[in-house]
Amino acid sequence: MSEDVLIEARDLSVHYPLRGGSMFGPKPVVKAVESINLDIGKGNFFGLVGESGSGKTTLGKALLQAAPITRGTVGYNDGEVKFDLTQLTPADLKEYRKRAQLIFQDPYAALSPRMTVRDIIAEPLEVMGLTSSRDETDARVREIAEKCRLNLEHLRRFPHAFSGGQRQRISIARALVSRPQFVVADESVAALDVSIQADVLNLLKEIQQEMGLTFLFISHDLSVVAHICDHVAVMYLGRLVETAPTRELFANPRHPYTKALLSAIPSLDPDDRGKAQKLEGEIPSPTNQPTGCKFHTRCPYVTDHCRQEEPILQHSSTGHEVACHRWEELMTP
Amino acid sequence: MTRLLDVENLTLQFDTDEGRITAVDDVSFTLEAGEVMGLVGESGSGKSVTAKSVMKLNPSNAIYGPDTKVTLHLDDGPVDIMSLQTSTDLKVIRGGAISMIFQEPMASFAPAITIGDQMTEQLQIHTDMNLKRATEVSIEMLDRVGISDASTRFKQYAFELSGGMRQRAMIAMALSTKPKLLIADEPTTALDVTIQAQVIDLMKDLVTDFGMGIIFITHDLGVIAQTADKVAVMYLGRLVEQGAVRDVIRNPSHPYTKGLIAALPQLDDLDVPLQAIPGDIPSPLERPPGCVFNTRCSSIVGDVCTSVIPDFFKVTDTHQVACHIYDEGASK
Repeated sequence: MSEDVLIEARDLSVHYPLRGGSMFGPKPVVKAVESINLDIGKGNFFGLVGESGSGKTTLGKALLQAAPITRGTVGYNDGEVKFDLTQLTPADLKEYRKRAQLIFQDPYAALSPRMTVRDIIAEPLEVMGLTSSRDETDARVREIAEKCRLNLEHLRRFPHAFSGGQRQRISIARALVSRPQFVVADESVAALDVSIQADVLNLLKEIQQEMGLTFLFISHDLSVVAHICDHVAVMYLGRLVETAPTRELFANPRHPYTKALLSAIPSLDPDDRGKAQKLEGEIPSPTNQPTGCKFHTRCPYVTDHCRQEEPILQHSSTGHEVACHRWEELMTP
Repeated sequence: MTRLLDVENLTLQFDTDEGRITAVDDVSFTLEAGEVMGLVGESGSGKSVTAKSVMKLNPSNAIYGPDTKVTLHLDDGPVDIMSLQTSTDLKVIRGGAISMIFQEPMASFAPAITIGDQMTEQLQIHTDMNLKRATEVSIEMLDRVGISDASTRFKQYAFELSGGMRQRAMIAMALSTKPKLLIADEPTTALDVTIQAQVIDLMKDLVTDFGMGIIFITHDLGVIAQTADKVAVMYLGRLVEQGAVRDVIRNPSHPYTKGLIAALPQLDDLDVPLQAIPGDIPSPLERPPGCVFNTRCSSIVGDVCTSVIPDFFKVTDTHQVACHIYDEGASK
């Protein structure tokens, strides 16, 4: 594992068993995440995009050791400690929980209505035993609350007194109070209004740079990802189909799915109507996946080869990787 | 163009445990047949209750202002909606002349009744079709909105359909009674972007085919730019800007509309920093005096902003804005 990589996933798969099937032979499974190879560099703001059902949340959970890893390995190396997430001892797992945190989507559901904001933010410190006295806990809570632009007087209040944007800042403070290295933000701005969303995004970026954090930012909104992430990976039906530095991906998308996603974003120009390249149909069910390339049922450029053989992610020196049989011929007009 | 809907001085208050709150304050707009009006604003701006007022669909603690006048122009003469009291009277408009589609299609279909039964039920109530004819019409509509194998889907339950398909079925159901006016409350917000593009296309086709008026409620200005003919921007129960879609999107004039557009992440220039509108929308219990936006506005011109409610000023013939910046007489 190279020094500047924090998370290294190799052949990572998460399968969930389904009920039913025959008593003998293999049990049916949902392949939520399948054979993913992924490196997240230290200090990276890494974006993960895809439609609902593409497996992005499951991948995020697997990297936090919160989903059962069926196959493959996940390495974690922050310079101080080094783990293989599939072989953690209970003590290692405890250590990993301090270093990897999660910010949820819905700020209304994520905070206990019966705890004050101070108690919500202090809870991880107490549970993990990171502080030795109440004064120390209070000091840590105040420090992170200030960083997240929370009014210190608000610490005594309960979550119901706050708006969506403020609640999301409380969730962020709670995730960061244990001084993690790696943070997974799962659709963390999806529930917010546009005017508030920009504020939370700016805050995340600011804190990430200030604290040198590594972020995995999961989102279905490509325009948000374009603005905040350094590197983006696109998922479809449990597979990575394309990954590249943000600017490269948005300037030269290679996979037909990425292209379709980009052109489906409604443009602000009223005269741009109808120019978008429309994708037919919907993402297939993960229990009944197509053969070959998983995207072939919706791809406008499908050939027999695509239906039979699944393309693998092709590595390249520029860091722009794509899993498509035909991307090169499609790039030359 | 023929006038379809007149909303004049719509004011709506709710009696709640915490006191009487004003949800909509003196809102007026018009809609022509075949026109799509986008109603934009963040959560709490009153856009949903405004649209629901057109069907008198608000809960029983709603109090309409005395000057409120909502007129729907049907083929056999205008209907004064505020004067309709009993549910029999309201049946003419609810589900008949006006249909509504909602954000979350799973919540709008009864889970234990098949899609088909729900579609034929409303056709039998609102039209004089018999069950056989209603079934034919329903399957035809499902087919029209792009649901493959419509006769099988007709017999299925909502949970058996995917999100995008449910939203299509919802649209098919809303349109099968051939309404004059369709209220679409965030119809694409819960959908993935690729499915959203399909549903937007479908709705545009249907406007052309059926010639109905649509009130399209959304918080996404991109969706508005792609679908609407005109836009009304709401903030804390008041209209702050309205006009033709090109005028409002290209030349936003109210500080709030400008802020909304600046906060939107744009793909064509990734170097522009995202600009948030500072602060939060105030609680409707604490409506600020004067212009409702004054607590977050960065272009305050003077005391007039915190004391006088701004009138609409004309930017162009098809574009109006309610802001004191454009008031020549205001103290600067």
